[in-house]
Amino acid sequence: MASAADARALAQTRVRWELLANLVRKDLKVKYKNSALGFAWSLVNPLLYLAVFSIVFGGFLRGGIPKFGVYLMSGLLVWNFFATGTMGATGAVTGSANLVKKVRFPRIVLPLASVGFAAVHFVLQLGVLFAVLLVIYRSAFGPQLWLLLPALAVAVAFTVGMSLLASSLNVRFRDVEHLLEVALLAWFWLTPIVYPLALVRDKLRGLFWIFMANPMTTVVASMQRAVYRYEWRPVKTGPPVHVLAAGGYAFYLRWLGVAGAVSLVLIAVGLVTFRRLEADFAEEL
Amino acid sequence: MGAAAITAVGVGKRFQLHHKRATSLKERLLLARTSSSEDFWALRDVKLEVGHGETVGLIGPNGSGKSTLLKVLAGILAPNTGTVEVRGRIASLLELGAGFSGELTGRENVYLNASILGLSRRDIDRQFDSIVDFAELEPFIDNQVKHYSSGMYVRLGFAVAAHVDPDVLLVDEVLAVGDEAFAAKCLAKVAEFQAQGRTILFVTHGLDQVSQVCDRAVVLNQGRMLFDGEPADAVSKLRAFLGTSEDPAAGLGSDGLLEIVDARVVNPATGAEQLDFDVGDKLAIDISVRGRDEAPAADVRLVVTGPADYPMFLMEAPGVVPAGGEAHTVRFFLPAFPYLQGLFSLSVALIRAGAKEVLDARRFSERIRVYGPATHGFQLVDFEAELLGESEERS
Repeated sequence: MASAADARALAQTRVRWELLANLVRKDLKVKYKNSALGFAWSLVNPLLYLAVFSIVFGGFLRGGIPKFGVYLMSGLLVWNFFATGTMGATGAVTGSANLVKKVRFPRIVLPLASVGFAAVHFVLQLGVLFAVLLVIYRSAFGPQLWLLLPALAVAVAFTVGMSLLASSLNVRFRDVEHLLEVALLAWFWLTPIVYPLALVRDKLRGLFWIFMANPMTTVVASMQRAVYRYEWRPVKTGPPVHVLAAGGYAFYLRWLGVAGAVSLVLIAVGLVTFRRLEADFAEEL
Repeated sequence: MGAAAITAVGVGKRFQLHHKRATSLKERLLLARTSSSEDFWALRDVKLEVGHGETVGLIGPNGSGKSTLLKVLAGILAPNTGTVEVRGRIASLLELGAGFSGELTGRENVYLNASILGLSRRDIDRQFDSIVDFAELEPFIDNQVKHYSSGMYVRLGFAVAAHVDPDVLLVDEVLAVGDEAFAAKCLAKVAEFQAQGRTILFVTHGLDQVSQVCDRAVVLNQGRMLFDGEPADAVSKLRAFLGTSEDPAAGLGSDGLLEIVDARVVNPATGAEQLDFDVGDKLAIDISVRGRDEAPAADVRLVVTGPADYPMFLMEAPGVVPAGGEAHTVRFFLPAFPYLQGLFSLSVALIRAGAKEVLDARRFSERIRVYGPATHGFQLVDFEAELLGESEERS
């Protein structure tokens, strides 16, 4: 039997989700308020990337990864979600100093709203990508697409964990923002987005697991496996060169399990950190 | 509803005054050893219980911890000692329109702000017209808030906050917003809340407001509670403390350790008491004090105040009264009375030398009169007025 207190707690939870949605909506509105094309700009971005990289690597630098534009986009979009979500969240609490100092509300919605903001863009950009793939790369549509679901779940969990940690630490140490900016640049190149994961596996061999300890590598590789279908590319002389790390699913699922566990631990650490530092937010800002 | 709406026990809030605050990792590491920080207790051992439906005023001099207490009760700051318990839904009006986004329209900001304050979408839909109506902003509600005047901004802020439907309302000096008509409307809203049996705690500097609106008042000074009781008593207690009371018995030095006996304004040439002076006249103010044997050395602080107790200038004589039980007279000598005109009062305070403890404070009203043609309490400036030719002004 649900008591009045339960009903009230439930209502409060709903109000918090509404607040989160409202904050995401606010960020979107503020960002696109005075631009004529508004939201379309964020959709043009992946289209442009796809076109430019298809031309450069498909036309000028032939012989690399086949259908490079598709390969790149399948990993880049999810990386952008992670990077913009985390960066946005890092400045979310410090950027709302006035609100934090004057109003009582669940502060945790601030970094989460930044993740939500990045997620909205991500979903729409993914939609655009698939619309284009429908025209230029039909073979992307196959049963392997189910791998998107666990990959996206891990991506969201990992981004949320990073956001909680970074946003609260940034209140105490403003360096976090700058540090993260640099770190994300290095991180981007340490994640197999523009080069094939198979290449790294062949080079590192026994130490490959160190490379895979980066949850974003697993997420990106799984996204590529779901969208992109060239397991290897043929070479005129000698054995074919691998692009994807594995053709089957077991490899991805195993590593997604690891990355998922890492993400959950990160969320737990992030939550504890956020809760501990939260009490002093109004003072530190 | 037997339990109190607000219960605070032993509440203390410490701020660290860093002479150099480490805000980056590098500084944190470098300052780790040399860091000189000083603790400052903004609140100390505050015990407050507010019953359901009570309206309590929080008064005290600047920097006495009033706003800090509100923030602690509102859950914005965490107390370092003690516990705070608030029953029911809290709405804190610490700043009107905090969190408004200039790029958004009034309508969008109402939804966003109300959502931050904890209203559900359904509640906001229901209250929306009433909010806009209260703020008197129907024609502008779909304009961006950055184009609003400051008056419109705070009106919308108050309107949203007033519709949050709180059980406990914490208000920080925001009732003096907008024009007089709107301020009256805000007070009417507060009265409505009172009639509905909601609990209200508010900070104010308007001491008249306290007696009018509150059931009870609390006086804070330097983070400690000085008084908790009838609003009228609280106000006279605070006035006494600020040296703005005329009743010698209301002074804080009721233990008679060191007392102000009298303050006389005299003409230093004749030595006789005098009321009327001209700008630039020599003038002396004699403060006589009397202490018990164990009386400590003390500073004398003398403030000359204009209308509405507005301070015009301050004179301090540190450590001028020696310790001991004799009667003393301290003379403040002004070689030339400043370029002011009007009727002035004196606020005198005796402060324990080297400490901040006020031993006695008293007000002596209307002791200096400086003649002039214009109004009370104004500074005289040299000026000329002339009529300009129209063409000259346009060019």
